[in-house]
Amino acid sequence: MALLEVENLSAGYGLFQALRGISLAAEEGETLAIVGANGAGKTTLLRTICGALPAMTGRVSFDGTSIENSSAHQLARLGISMVPEGRKLFPSLTVEDNLIIGSYPKRKGFWTVERVYALFPELVKRRNNRGLDLSGGEQQMVAIGRALMANPRLLLMDEISLGLAPIVVNQIYKSLPEISGHGTSVVLVEQDLNRALSVSNHVYCLLEGHVELSGLSAQMDRQALIDAYFGANA
Amino acid sequence: MIAMSTMLNGVLLGGLYALYGLGLSLTFGIMRTVNLAHGDIIVLATYLALITTQVLGLTPLMSLAVLVPVMFCIGYGLQRLILNRTLKDGMMPAVIITFGLSFVIQNGLLLGFSADRQVLRQGAIETMGVTLAPGVTIGVFPILTLAVLLVMIFALQAFMGRTLLGRAFRATSDDPATAELMGIDGKRIYGLAMGLSFAIIAVTGVVMGIRSNFSPFDGPARLIFAFEVIIIGGMGSIYGVLAGGLILGIAQTIGGAINPTFFQLAGHLVTLGILVVRPSGLFPETIERD
Amino acid sequence: MAESQIVTPRPYARTSSAALPLFALAVILAALITLPFWATGYTQRSVLEFLYFLALAQAWNLMAGYAGMMSIGQQAFVGIGAYGLVVMAEDLGINPFLTVPLAAILAVILAVPVSWLLFRLKGAYFAVATWVIAETVRLTVNANIDWLGGGRGRTVRSLGQFDRHLREDLGYWVALALAIIAVFGVFFLLRSKTGLALQAIRDTENGARSVGVETRRTKRIVYLFAAAIAGATGALIYIVQINVRPDAAFSINWAAYVIFIVVIGGIGTIEGPILGTLVFFFLRDMLADLEAWSMLIFGLIAIMMMLFAPKGLWGLLNTHRPVLLFRTARRLPERFAAHKEGE
Repeated sequence: MALLEVENLSAGYGLFQALRGISLAAEEGETLAIVGANGAGKTTLLRTICGALPAMTGRVSFDGTSIENSSAHQLARLGISMVPEGRKLFPSLTVEDNLIIGSYPKRKGFWTVERVYALFPELVKRRNNRGLDLSGGEQQMVAIGRALMANPRLLLMDEISLGLAPIVVNQIYKSLPEISGHGTSVVLVEQDLNRALSVSNHVYCLLEGHVELSGLSAQMDRQALIDAYFGANA
Repeated sequence: MIAMSTMLNGVLLGGLYALYGLGLSLTFGIMRTVNLAHGDIIVLATYLALITTQVLGLTPLMSLAVLVPVMFCIGYGLQRLILNRTLKDGMMPAVIITFGLSFVIQNGLLLGFSADRQVLRQGAIETMGVTLAPGVTIGVFPILTLAVLLVMIFALQAFMGRTLLGRAFRATSDDPATAELMGIDGKRIYGLAMGLSFAIIAVTGVVMGIRSNFSPFDGPARLIFAFEVIIIGGMGSIYGVLAGGLILGIAQTIGGAINPTFFQLAGHLVTLGILVVRPSGLFPETIERD
Repeated sequence: MAESQIVTPRPYARTSSAALPLFALAVILAALITLPFWATGYTQRSVLEFLYFLALAQAWNLMAGYAGMMSIGQQAFVGIGAYGLVVMAEDLGINPFLTVPLAAILAVILAVPVSWLLFRLKGAYFAVATWVIAETVRLTVNANIDWLGGGRGRTVRSLGQFDRHLREDLGYWVALALAIIAVFGVFFLLRSKTGLALQAIRDTENGARSVGVETRRTKRIVYLFAAAIAGATGALIYIVQINVRPDAAFSINWAAYVIFIVVIGGIGTIEGPILGTLVFFFLRDMLADLEAWSMLIFGLIAIMMMLFAPKGLWGLLNTHRPVLLFRTARRLPERFAAHKEGE
């Protein structure tokens, strides 16, 4: 059985339905990439999985348990962590306090403050700075480290390269193998198709709220993915 | 000599005002809504202390052993059972509910205890004084108030800065939606914050009742002083509460020394002056959010 | 096809179903205008009180329910109006009834600088700051200006020139005019462009600002309107009561009663405060001999309404079939409404 299973999921905001019958699955230790144009429903999908947004219809199960009616704080304790779009550091907390607050779900595991610093050594000299004093790349590292502090079984990452210089993005993506190496499954949203294909086992392309194309990243036909991204077959 | 004794009295009065402000600052900083019944709840705590001393035969300060946990539970219950139900509709429901609660408490106390002024009797300490210099005598209990205040401020600062729960309070204040993603149950945090605020109010109420007499309608003025302390000190800042209390106390005593009718007015004018030049107060800590 | 580009939501059009409410409105107005000729003095005094509470409630509802400005300090302007009456009638020799509109102007003049201070503050800060300002004015008048009589206040002796019945009748008609101005002032304000801006502000203030709504100007119009109504009401109240004392004129109860009225009736509608004022007077009459109980019960009712019927009695009546006496709600043209549903 897969760690995360999403079946026929629909969700949205008020009258606006952003997801229409999405299904996907992620195995333990696997990395999934979600691609798609702006407004395709990628962020809505992550927000629904992590409990920040209620599902309208459909099922989400995590390690065999139905979670579509659970709230975000319950799911964090079950082992689903989120790196939200825009990083969302707590502005009045220092870098170190931001990391420590990540351990609030009190889940035992590999990740500790020291090990996050080992993963992102840039943060050590910034540990007593407030979150907003940092560069965008450093903030993104804190956001990832904060999510890791919960020792999640499933890590959701929403557009972690947004607004960052390519060199910084490379550096952040370099940490990904180590993260999944400790058994964490990753679902990440990424605009850059090449990068999405290179870091993931499976890729799902969303179009207007449904899965337009999915498959093993290694075998994915790039042109088919680009067509799905732009809705050329629709 | 007069100037010095005025300043000293201002500082000692400011200690009491900072106590008024401390509990309100905590909930205001975290929930971002103002508890308009704050002053009345201080008075309610004083009456509860009165009952406790009469029924159990305890001194007012000893009654805190009962009062602090009881008040914590009342605050926790108020937040979880009533105020949390209206969170999604913005701050107006909480403001109106606590405004209604203020009238319920005032008139409930009036019906239960009459409008007669009451006092808590702690004994000789109430009237003991220390003469610092000829003509400059200060009360022992006001000094004790200041000490209690400082202990509570340091304890609260340590709690917020060094414990996981304290960090969760600050994270929830910054951004409740993201705090949920960290496994923090915002409604529980709000309940605990209100409970903690009520526990502080229990101490405040007893200190107030020993220092001066009280009646059912004393609450609104206490709320205004508490709020002025926060406006002056800056929202969410624990040390700002100390600064705000002292400034308000000194402003009132100086105003009162010039003309007895300027006493409260001087405090209001200083507060409005701060709002004009620094709307976020002298030492703001809490981050603005929409 | 240029017409299809117009997307401004229009107020509900008048239809034949509007004829009945209009007729009812005309009958009620006629009855109210002629009331001094057929009603008892007691009824007249009660209706007079009803009318000025209605005016205050409409103004507060416009401010809090539509513009999101949660004020608990309107008693500042009630008191300013009251003292405006005293000074203008006693010291300047102006006809007391003429001071009612002048008190409104005085309140607006003083509300302008106050709004500069208040509009920098948000949410709860705004609410308590309105109260601190009202207290500051009260204490200033209370103690420091002998000319205004200090804590004992002053009496409007020049009212003695009028026969008691004439004074009561004139006062009644002024109150009626004030209530009509408040109700229809709010009505026309909401139907104007300002009303659209207000709805945008209520939905999301930052969003409204980003699409070019002048939020500050709109809120200031509303704030000054509410101050004018409160100022005029203050002068009117003390034409009836004659003796002005700071503790009464600047009492927080002016704010409290009005908040209870609007919360009971329904915040954010014109009909709500009307219904709320009726219910408030009914309850207050029933509890007249039990003052502490009545305030306790009003407090409890406010709490219960917020928990179980946040849209008030008017909202409860309207859950199934919208009855709009005052058509201020706007709807999208059919084709856009249909499109939205279909998405």
